[in-house]
Amino acid sequence: MSDDAKGSGLSRRSFLRGGAAGALAASLLPEDAAAAVAENDAEGAPTVGPGAVEIELEVNGVARRLEVEPRVTLLDGLRDRLDVTGPKRVCDRGTCGACTVLEDGRPVYACCRLMIESAGRSITTVEGLGSPDAMHDVQQAFVENDAQQCGYCTPGFVVATVALLARSPAPTEQDIEAGLGGNFCRCGTYKGIRAVVGGPGEPGGDSVG
Amino acid sequence: MADYSWPEADRRGQIGHRPARLDGPVKSTGFARYPSDQNPPGLLAAKILTCPHAHARILGMDTSAAEALPGVRVVHVIQGEGSEIQWAGDEVAAVAAETEDIARDAVRAIRVEYEVLPHFVTEEHRDRAPAAQPGSERTDGDPDAAFASAHRIVEQTLGMPQMAHMCLEPHGQVAGWDGDELEVHASTQAVSTLGGQFASELGIPATQVRIRTEYMGGGFGSKFSPDRWGIVGAELARKAGAPVKLFLDRDQEVAVAGSRPSAFARIRVGADEQGKLVAWDSDSWGSGGLPGTGQTPLPYVFSRLPNRRLRHTSVPTNLAGSRAWRAPNHPQACFLTMACLDDLANELDLDPIDFLDRNLDLTGRADVYREELGIAAEMAGWKERWQPRKRSRERALQRGMGVSIHTWGGRGHSSNCDVTVHPDGAVEVRIGSQDIGTGTRTVVAQVLAETFGLELHQVHVSMGDNRFPQSGPSGGSSTVGGVSASTRRAAQDALREVLARVAPRLEAEPEELKAAGGRVYVEGEPSRGMSWPEAAAQIGGAPVSARGRNPGPGRLISSGVGGVQIAEVEVDMDTGVVRVERMIAVQDCGLIINRRLAESQVYGGLIMGVGYALFEEWIPDPVTGRLLNADMEFYKLAGLVDVGSLEVHMMTGPAYDGRGVIGLGEPPVISPGAAISNAVANAIGVRVPYLPLTPDRVLDALAGGGEAA
Repeated sequence: MSDDAKGSGLSRRSFLRGGAAGALAASLLPEDAAAAVAENDAEGAPTVGPGAVEIELEVNGVARRLEVEPRVTLLDGLRDRLDVTGPKRVCDRGTCGACTVLEDGRPVYACCRLMIESAGRSITTVEGLGSPDAMHDVQQAFVENDAQQCGYCTPGFVVATVALLARSPAPTEQDIEAGLGGNFCRCGTYKGIRAVVGGPGEPGGDSVG
Repeated sequence: MADYSWPEADRRGQIGHRPARLDGPVKSTGFARYPSDQNPPGLLAAKILTCPHAHARILGMDTSAAEALPGVRVVHVIQGEGSEIQWAGDEVAAVAAETEDIARDAVRAIRVEYEVLPHFVTEEHRDRAPAAQPGSERTDGDPDAAFASAHRIVEQTLGMPQMAHMCLEPHGQVAGWDGDELEVHASTQAVSTLGGQFASELGIPATQVRIRTEYMGGGFGSKFSPDRWGIVGAELARKAGAPVKLFLDRDQEVAVAGSRPSAFARIRVGADEQGKLVAWDSDSWGSGGLPGTGQTPLPYVFSRLPNRRLRHTSVPTNLAGSRAWRAPNHPQACFLTMACLDDLANELDLDPIDFLDRNLDLTGRADVYREELGIAAEMAGWKERWQPRKRSRERALQRGMGVSIHTWGGRGHSSNCDVTVHPDGAVEVRIGSQDIGTGTRTVVAQVLAETFGLELHQVHVSMGDNRFPQSGPSGGSSTVGGVSASTRRAAQDALREVLARVAPRLEAEPEELKAAGGRVYVEGEPSRGMSWPEAAAQIGGAPVSARGRNPGPGRLISSGVGGVQIAEVEVDMDTGVVRVERMIAVQDCGLIINRRLAESQVYGGLIMGVGYALFEEWIPDPVTGRLLNADMEFYKLAGLVDVGSLEVHMMTGPAYDGRGVIGLGEPPVISPGAAISNAVANAIGVRVPYLPLTPDRVLDALAGGGEAA
């Protein structure tokens, strides 16, 4: 559901308590919310929330501004508030990798980030890498190597693979374990994913047709 | 009567080829919208309150605090005061709210008072089970006499626990009402039958339920019914007057939305001096949660084994009922049987492949198994590399190889479809089936394209909607046979009608015409023809449509397959850690429509098999009756780096193709547990009697195993 569609969903504006509330409120809109939250640990610092906080972040190249409760994860915020449903919620506990997105180019589990932590940052989901008619090379390789069946783990694997290959264009076994060991598939598509990333002992891609 | 058949091998433009799956691009880009991705305007989020006790009676429930929370729209009591709860995780109440977090707050605010009752969740101790249900004993031949005269006998107690389906897209749906019409975006394996089930539960005509499932994130046998959360979701939506999204959280998904029954058995099996099986005795038990579970097909594959006695005890527990898990009962029966036969081969000082081969006349498919065993052994380098079991600690890492064979039916299910040819040349099939990730959409498109002599991009497949002609649920490897046969029949009929209209223009008889390469022409005279769009234009203003059915005329499908798998493992004798180094699968499935997708099914079966052989199990806590690992951190799936090198060989050629299409989803997941267990026994010299082969079980076997089993 989009913000517009949901109307008054989160009507409470930011609840900012403590001595520096005014200053924080000013800085929080839009890009410094994450930094503000990070600084909250200091004694006497203001508290953000529990009501909705207005934040701005970039999602797949588009600036998005919304009010979100601090407890909302980046994953739920993307899926439920911004209707960006490529990242999937599977374990919701930082184990399976289906929610992997790039935050400022770095792969993160979106289920383990609060959305307000991503304020002012740039998020790239699987949809931001390419489209069915103009696929990213990695997406194309997933298709050609049949590296998906039901496809529910695929968005996370694609994003993790893009991040892996950006770091290690010719990944070693250790690189692969580090880069893709945090993603799980249930249908059993690892053979195809192996072919996408190459690596020791793998002959590489299978041709289509 | 019209002829319905598959084209000869040298005339197949699509069938047997390797086109990429059609929905690959939308899946790899995240553009595929799954049921859980549906966000219609005004959507509410629902959460379920579950019972924390494995057995309890509800003495009272207070929902007032939940109802008073801002943003809460409906609080719905599922099981109220007086209800007896039989497993932890059972649904007690549900809330629909403006956001999921509010729904969670509301669920937490519901107060339930329970009277906690005694529970039982550890069926491996059947002697302690309060409600074990011993079945009747069945005896064939004279097992006592056969054991008395047997040359070698092995006796083993083996077992494998319950495990989860662990679908990545959890069970659930988005349900919304338009007046008295219900639309459900369901993550289901049963598009055509789900609507009727919703209707009867909700008390509305089946004509008023629409089911949509364009994509779904895995089922493996666990997604055939609306389930209680489906009905509750629809009720919440009706009461709220708004669509409601209700998908299970992972802990619920693991605990209640699908498990495979456990299987334990005390087995004796005997062979004569020639290594021929002569006697079998099994005393088995297992549980599928509250309903218990039935007998698995023992002795597996070697079903003509003479002189046997079988007893089985169903052990109900206070755990959620099991569901069909990919190849129901077969992985269990396969492990129990093939492990015993492997131990018996060891007792006989026989190579296990040789031992299996000597007994293939006791199976239903001796020729297939024999050919496959030869191919698998060749691929594995078995003759050169296999060594008899030995108990050695010379090296910390011990290698071993194991083999197993399996069977499955896989006959195509009931399927209907409509194929329509439009005057502009567009070709479409509408079929009330679903693509659960196996590639059904692609296979149906290939059949269409093959029949009309077109390319894949020139045909359109519409599925995943119960307004399309009824097609069966995707279970038991029945889909590919059903949908390919119904599509082929409809397509051949529609094409014949088109050719009948085209024939006069080409001054030919319809039977002389052929559709291939994007043209319709007189067979043998390619120049006497026209392009497909020109041909389609001959049908006039109205489209041509034909209904295809399965079952139906013509030999398009059959059933009954065999497969062989070989595993190679490395075991760390100090830590008990097992690594699968290599898995080889040789599999037949009749006529293969898409070679690439068929191979993917087999790779997937191997990988899932490594998971249940090494890692996966439900771990119920005997004290609380709850699962200790209802998550993905401690319920461990196999990861990319856990599965070793995988090699697949599909059986093809006239002997296989001529049998028609047979399903493939189940067979490759049956043997891995047995093959890997046998490889571990081969590596370390003793049988680890239980799956999964966790380090503690391996070390236990090494500590207590003494001499080789």
